[in-house]
Amino acid sequence: MSEEGKPARPARVPFAPSSRDWLEPTTKFAAGRWSYSAKPKSLRTLGFPNPRDWSPDQADWKLPDNWKEIILQGLRERMDRFRSLRLFMDCCVRCGACADKCHYFIGTGDPKNMPVLRAELLRSVYRGEMTLAGRLLGRLAGGRRLTPEVLKEWFYYFYQCTECRRCSVFCPFGIDQAEITMLGRELLNLLGLNINWVMDPAAKCFTTGNHLGITPHALKDNLEFIVDTIEEVTGVRVDPPINRKGADVLFVAPSGDLLAEPGIFTLMGYLLVLHQSGLNYTWSSYASEGGNFGMFASHELMKGLNAKIYGEARRLGVKWILGGECGHMWRVAHQYMETMNGPADFLQEPISPITGTHFRNARTTRMVHIAEFTADLIQQGKLKLAPERNDRYRVTFHDSCNPARSMGLLEEPRYILRQTCRHFHEMPAETIREKTFCCGCGAGLGSEECMDLRMRGGIPRAEAVRSVREKYGVNLLSCICAIDRAVLPTLMDHWLPGVGVAGLHELVGNALVLDGEKERTTNLRGEPLHEGEA
Amino acid sequence: MLPLVAVAALALMAWTGAGWPRLEPFYGVILPYGALLAFLVGMSWRVLSWTRSPVPFNITTTCGQQYSLPWIRSSRLENPHTRWGAAGRVVLEMLLFRSLLRNVQHEWVESGREGAAPKLVFKSSPGLWLAALVFHYSMLLVLLHHARFFLEPVLGWVRGLDRLDAFFQLGSAACYVSGLTLILALLYLLARRWWLPWLRYLSLPADYFPLYLLLGVALTGGMMHYSTRANVPAAKDFCLGLARLRPAGLSGLGPLFHVHLTLACLLLAYVPFSKLAHMVSLPLSPTRNLPGAGRMTRHVNPWNAPVKTHSYADYENEYRDKMRAAGIPLEKEAP
Repeated sequence: MSEEGKPARPARVPFAPSSRDWLEPTTKFAAGRWSYSAKPKSLRTLGFPNPRDWSPDQADWKLPDNWKEIILQGLRERMDRFRSLRLFMDCCVRCGACADKCHYFIGTGDPKNMPVLRAELLRSVYRGEMTLAGRLLGRLAGGRRLTPEVLKEWFYYFYQCTECRRCSVFCPFGIDQAEITMLGRELLNLLGLNINWVMDPAAKCFTTGNHLGITPHALKDNLEFIVDTIEEVTGVRVDPPINRKGADVLFVAPSGDLLAEPGIFTLMGYLLVLHQSGLNYTWSSYASEGGNFGMFASHELMKGLNAKIYGEARRLGVKWILGGECGHMWRVAHQYMETMNGPADFLQEPISPITGTHFRNARTTRMVHIAEFTADLIQQGKLKLAPERNDRYRVTFHDSCNPARSMGLLEEPRYILRQTCRHFHEMPAETIREKTFCCGCGAGLGSEECMDLRMRGGIPRAEAVRSVREKYGVNLLSCICAIDRAVLPTLMDHWLPGVGVAGLHELVGNALVLDGEKERTTNLRGEPLHEGEA
Repeated sequence: MLPLVAVAALALMAWTGAGWPRLEPFYGVILPYGALLAFLVGMSWRVLSWTRSPVPFNITTTCGQQYSLPWIRSSRLENPHTRWGAAGRVVLEMLLFRSLLRNVQHEWVESGREGAAPKLVFKSSPGLWLAALVFHYSMLLVLLHHARFFLEPVLGWVRGLDRLDAFFQLGSAACYVSGLTLILALLYLLARRWWLPWLRYLSLPADYFPLYLLLGVALTGGMMHYSTRANVPAAKDFCLGLARLRPAGLSGLGPLFHVHLTLACLLLAYVPFSKLAHMVSLPLSPTRNLPGAGRMTRHVNPWNAPVKTHSYADYENEYRDKMRAAGIPLEKEAP
């Protein structure tokens, strides 16, 4: 870490293979690179198998007697249900193009964090247990048997993947490690091998509607507190309705924005844009989570947690849905929601009532990203902006993995940034847009106990921010993901103290000129507008 | 090492087999037809086994700007929103290996200043892309050149190809550029696996074996072409016989031809049961062959089934009093 306030600097990370063949399972778990097990209570709530007290660092994982049968049967079923899995088991040529595309490989040097090898951990079992050549020739054909040690190795490495999909951009066949991790974790879940940082929020989301377990009255309180703060800064009182029938639009945000800094400043930005635009909208206290930690456990849980979004849209009778800034939430909304819980024929094709813009790209799922909505408002001249209010910031933009690689939401946030900030600088081309690097904490890996993994996985992002800090004096990392807002401050404090983190709509909220506002002297964080100007 | 030994042993068997006339039906008939059959049946089985499983979700990996607002230029090939765009993307991958061209390699570079820590930089790394492209296109050309053994009369395009490829002569033999580049590309692909520590660590025998096999085929072919000057008319008779389903036998063809033929047949039969099947997997890859605009068109999951959910009614029952106290509208005032 830093000494005498001097920023810490990551050291060169060497490639560190063990002297043994990779087919030998790794069973030693490095400190700070694994997460605590899920509590039995969460599994019971969700109806997941094998709820019990156990810990990954103990020898006995308390597996059911027929664990091997369960896994192999589960693998067969999933290969029959997912062409992706069947194809990805067979078609890798191990060319190595993906190897150093993984932030965890760059940060740890652990060869099994190369996406190709992380996938081979599963493929080798497929070959060794399910193909003729693998059963006859064994290791010679790259096959191995499923043993308790192999299972532990799966747990260790499938929970060292953030499903960010960067490897799949570079793969000549589009093999997607996120898909393999998702299905690998699904298999582990059949035996109750899961982590608390995924299952606890998922269980809360199941009953209260959001990952943080915010109850309806607490939601109201939180919003009121935020409304008060907005009034102090702007002199305007906004009025976010909850569970109001007859609204045109249901607004769904990641719940992280309701609770902690800097997420709440992003939420202030949403409220200001929605207020100033005059959109007739409502929150739902039940669909109070756009994020979906079910995605990090199983497709079924993803679907179950996601169901309440369309459910509430139908109950409240809205025309379409607007979604806040969140990463994996948008992977689910863009690629899964309508297939899982659609058709959304009870909604209408989304048309902005303010500009008349028809969001054709969302005509089936009927859910619009707030960056699309706001970019349209700005481009149509419906918002008055004072970008000089963000002059204390020199801003760069972190493309959050899922909006970049599972959606392609690249220009909308950049357009908004250029309109709301006067100092915006891009990080190196290899680290943004579809090549963006993960924050290092996605897919449920944001816990305190895996801090070593998080800080190492964040090295590529931190190094990219460092390069623009040295070049342009960048002091603010903007993003469009609630996990980013929760974890990037820790990462910046560790590697680059002094660089702040903000959601896109916080900057919009600062720049947005409201009808009837008082003269602003501070930004939404309460920092003086005219001090430390860049 | 073992894959090299295996290929050498197979070559040796074919070499000695050439001296046993009684084995001729095996080398001249069973092996070529058997290999072709294994290839065709094997590939069909492979494709069927892959396509039997459905694509439940649209999981496109988007590599460019989405189609959204009319004033934002979308990336029609890297993030297509139409079927045509997706087809174009697949073609780009198949013919130009688009994704491999993106390759960048990370490197820690000393900053030069005393005591300063190294910097993480990314360098373009097109070596693999180039070698892969050269290998595959050379292979295609070499295969097309073989058409002159299977066609009588030799068609114009085969001769045209010959003239294009063989722009200089070596002794009496036309010197094909494709043969040379094929071998060079193979050696490069092999050398990467030997020299890059991380690649050596992850490579399996199944990665070396096809490279050695391909090298064996290419080298024996080259040797016949340039040095021993194989009996071309006899080779042509043999190939034409195969093509016309009237096998002509291997008389007059030496051991080198036996080795070339055997290794080529083994390669053909090996394709469907190995990673070489990637030739047909790419157009099926669900991260590449679907339009990226997931919110635009309905994608149906054939096994979509109901799952456990927690209904709004249950939620309201649990929190009714608190919701009422907070002034949040309710569906039912009392349970």
